[in-house]
Amino acid sequence: MTDQPLAPSRRSLLSMIGVVAGSAAMYHAMTEMALADTSTFKEPIKLSPPPPGTSVLVLGAGIAGMVAAMELRDAGYKVTVLEYNGRPGGRNWSLYGGDTYTELGGFTQKVQFDAGQYINPGPWRLPYHHQGILHYVNRLGVALEPFTQVNYNAYVHSTDAFDGKPQRYRTVQADFYGQIAELLSKTTKQGALDQAVTKQDREILLTALKEWGALDASHQYATGLEAGERRGYATDPGGGLNSVPIAGKRIEMSDLLQSGLWSAIGAGLAYDMQSSIFQPKGGMGQVGKAFGKALEPLIQYNCKVVEIKQGDKGVEVSYTDSRTGGTPKTMSADWCVCTIPASVLSQIPMNVGGPMKTAINQIPYMAALKVGLQMKRRFWEQDEQIYGGVSYTNQPNTMIGYPQWDFFSKGKGVLLGSYCFGTPAYIAAAKPPEERIKDALEYGSKIHPQYKDEFECGVAVAWHRVPWTLGCAGFWTEEARAQHYDNLCAVDGRIVLAGEHASRIPAWQEGAVTSALDAITRLHKKAMSV
Amino acid sequence: MTIRLLTCAVLMLATISALDFGAVPARADTAGPAPKAKGPANFAGFFSPFPFEGGEAIYKGVCQGCHMPDAKGAVGAGAYPALAKDENLETAAYPVSIVLKGQKAMPFFAMQLDDQQIADVVNYVRSHFGNKYRDKVKPADVKALR
Repeated sequence: MTDQPLAPSRRSLLSMIGVVAGSAAMYHAMTEMALADTSTFKEPIKLSPPPPGTSVLVLGAGIAGMVAAMELRDAGYKVTVLEYNGRPGGRNWSLYGGDTYTELGGFTQKVQFDAGQYINPGPWRLPYHHQGILHYVNRLGVALEPFTQVNYNAYVHSTDAFDGKPQRYRTVQADFYGQIAELLSKTTKQGALDQAVTKQDREILLTALKEWGALDASHQYATGLEAGERRGYATDPGGGLNSVPIAGKRIEMSDLLQSGLWSAIGAGLAYDMQSSIFQPKGGMGQVGKAFGKALEPLIQYNCKVVEIKQGDKGVEVSYTDSRTGGTPKTMSADWCVCTIPASVLSQIPMNVGGPMKTAINQIPYMAALKVGLQMKRRFWEQDEQIYGGVSYTNQPNTMIGYPQWDFFSKGKGVLLGSYCFGTPAYIAAAKPPEERIKDALEYGSKIHPQYKDEFECGVAVAWHRVPWTLGCAGFWTEEARAQHYDNLCAVDGRIVLAGEHASRIPAWQEGAVTSALDAITRLHKKAMSV
Repeated sequence: MTIRLLTCAVLMLATISALDFGAVPARADTAGPAPKAKGPANFAGFFSPFPFEGGEAIYKGVCQGCHMPDAKGAVGAGAYPALAKDENLETAAYPVSIVLKGQKAMPFFAMQLDDQQIADVVNYVRSHFGNKYRDKVKPADVKALR
C-alpha cells in the first residue's frame, strides 16, 4: 500500500466514524491519533457597521448560509440569500408525515408517518461542546431535549456470535471490563508488571482494577454478586419476601473476544458522543425552519445557481428556477458568501483563481443512508425496556436508533432503522427506496422479531441521491487538506466559501457554523478596507 | 504520503473494519486489498469490499446509485455525468483511473474494489449503454494505475 495515495484525512475519518457509530472504533482511533475535533466557537460574533449600502449575496440557505446571512444582516449589510430548495435548512432537515421527497433518478417518496413522528435524514445530534450551533439554536428559541447516545439496555449484536442473539450493551461492557481487570490483576500479582509499575503503585493499581472491573475480594470477576451492580442480575433484588438477587452468569472472555462485540461498546467514549447531547424537540429540521423564519424576507427559494461571476466592483450570480428551468436571471451584490456544497460548486462556472478552483475539486462526497421505520407500537420500550439510545449490529444497517421523545407513549414510534456510511450506503443508494426499507426490516428483525408484525411505513434517504448535495458531506484526504484547504477557505476577490466542507469538523453542523463565522469575519475585514 | 500517515491510514482501516465487528479486525501490517466479503457480517464497514462479482453486478450494485440504471446520469443542483455513449471512455485508462482515485465529488473506490472488479466494471460500461469499445482492461492494467 506504499503507493496508496488516497487515505482519507485522519480528522475527517475520525469525525466520520464518530458520526457513524460512536463506537469503540472511534475511541481506539482517537487514542491512537491523539486527535479530537474541537469547536473554535467562543462567543457571539460582533461585526462593526459596514460602509452604508454594502450588499452581500449568500448562496445556500443551509446552516452556514443562514448563520452568515443573519450576522451580516445584523451588522447592517444588505443581504439576499438564494436557495435551491423550496425550504430553508439544507441538510438540517426532518421528514414528517405528508412530506414528499423526490431523489435523483426520480423516485418520489410520500412520507406516511403519523402526526408527531419524524426522521432526521441529516444531522440528529448536538453535542454539548458544539457551542456555535447551540448558540443559534438558543437564539432562535428552538427547544431542546436530551439525546441519549449510550443506552446500557440497548443491544450489541453480531450475526456471527451467540447464535445471532443480541446481547445487552450493559452485560457485554461489564463482562469485558471485568475480565480485563481480572486478567490484569492476575498479571500484576504474578509480578509481570514489576518493571512497569512501582511497588507502591502496584497496590493502588490492584485496588483500582477491583473498583473499575467490579471484582470481588479475591480479584475475581462475577463469581458472586459484586458484578451485578454493573451487569445486572438473573433476578433483580426487590422488596419484601422472595427479594434476594440472583447473580447471572458472565459471558466468558474468549466468547467475548471471538464475538467482536467488544468493538461495539465504545459509544459515548468519543468526544462528540459524550453526554450531554441534545436534539431539537420535533426534529432537527426545526432549527432550519426557525432560521428561515428569522430571515424570511431575505431568502429566495427555488433558485438554482448556474454561474458566479466576479469583477472589480462586485459579484453577479445567474440562476434559474430549480423546478422549471428557463432563462437565467441575474442578481448582483458587492460581496458573495457561497455555501454551495463543493460537489455542486465544482460544476458551476465561477471565475475564482486557480488555487480555490483546484481546492473545490479535491473534495469527494461520501455515501450515507438513513431509513425511518414507523412501528404500530413502541415494542422496544414495552417489551425490552429500551428508552432511546442506539443498538449496534454488524449487519449493513449498522445501527438502530430509538426515538428519543414521547417515552412511554402508547402510540406509535419511528425507529432509525438504518444509519450507515461507506460500502453499505453505496449499495443502498443503488437500490430503489422500497428495497432499502425492506433490507432495513430484514436486518432489524434479527434483533427485534416484532418488526414484521409492527411495521407500518418507512422512508429511506440515500445521500448520493439527494439532488442538492450529491452525497452526505465533504471528505478530505489528508494530503488534499494539507495542500488545498487553506486555498478553499481564503477570500478570493469578492467571494468566500463556507460550509462543513470548509471546516475541520466535517459533517457536523458545528463545522458549518464555525466556517461561516470565520468566513464572514474575513470578508467583513476586506469590505471595511476597500 | 509519508510512512507515518500511511501507517495511520492502515490503522484507521483496521479500526474501521472493526466497525463490522463480526469480522476479524485487519492487522496494521496487512497490505493490499482486503479479503473478499463472505456475507453480510463482513460488509457493514466503511471501506469493506463490495460483495459483487462481474461487471454487470458491480454496476448495478454500486455505480447505478449515481450514474443511474440507464447510465444516463441525473441532474439536480449539480449533475451526475452520463456514461452512456460516452466518448471519454475511449481510453480505458481514464475510467479505470477515475474509479480508483475519484474525480471532484466522485469518491475513490481503490479501497473497496479490487483489480478484477474494476477491470470487470470498466469493461462492462465500455461495452454497454451504447458504448462499443472492443479492447478489454485486464486486472494488471488496473494494478499498474493504483
